[in-house]
Amino acid sequence: MSLFNVMDISSSGMAAENVRLNSTASNIANANSVSSSYDETYRARHPVFAAALDRASADQSKGVGVEVKGIVESQRPLQIEYSPGNPMADENGYIYKSNVNIVEEMADMMSASKAYETNVQVADTTKRIFRQVLRLGQGQ
Amino acid sequence: MAINLDRLAGFHHNALKVRADKMEVIAGNLANANTPGYKARDIDFQSAMNSAMKDSQVSQTGPSSLVRTNEKHLQGSGAARFDVEFRISDQPDTGDGNTVDVQKERNAFLENGMRYEASLMLLTGKFSGMKKAISGGQ
Repeated sequence: MSLFNVMDISSSGMAAENVRLNSTASNIANANSVSSSYDETYRARHPVFAAALDRASADQSKGVGVEVKGIVESQRPLQIEYSPGNPMADENGYIYKSNVNIVEEMADMMSASKAYETNVQVADTTKRIFRQVLRLGQGQ
Repeated sequence: MAINLDRLAGFHHNALKVRADKMEVIAGNLANANTPGYKARDIDFQSAMNSAMKDSQVSQTGPSSLVRTNEKHLQGSGAARFDVEFRISDQPDTGDGNTVDVQKERNAFLENGMRYEASLMLLTGKFSGMKKAISGGQ
């Protein structure tokens, strides 16, 4: 039944956007994290989306859902700051700050929440139509 | 006149099927609004409807007219055949190769849903007319 497929597709969209919101929250929370070595510093994480083509052909559905392939860490260089008073400073007095770009994360958050909303609306409209199908031929 | 339920619902039944498929495709576009490299797709309603009508006519007159000259030839199936086509985007380069225009897709989804409901209403009218005929208007 293809109306159920619409529900599946929009729920895959919601799940993917939820992952994006989660990683954005984690990035913003760790925007000011510091550490005492280059390798241990928090790096901005972003999910990679891909169209779920194999699942679509298995369900014989015309539409394609979305899946999260994985989460990658940003390769942007870290900020290194000279701050000998910081308890996290290394032996040379440097601290390493995460490479999270707050402005980018805020924009990402807005985009993710809008996309989530759109998927909810799709599911809602489908539900309404499905109810009408169930009532077909009743009355009079 | 023999009562043929297939013929009664035939047209709207096919329309609902195509509308539901279209709904699926547009929902897929909206779900992939942020997928890099995803190309927005859609179904051409008219050609899909034509192929669905042709298929239902074939199934009424008998088996499909494909001629098999060898027993190893594949048998044609009666499933509705229409292609999912890619949309031509207004914006040539979005930076990540994605061509989904969310506003446009939302409107398309809404319109398609309303047309689905319209077909459903017409179908309900057909059924209630048939019911009236069966019960003799009582």
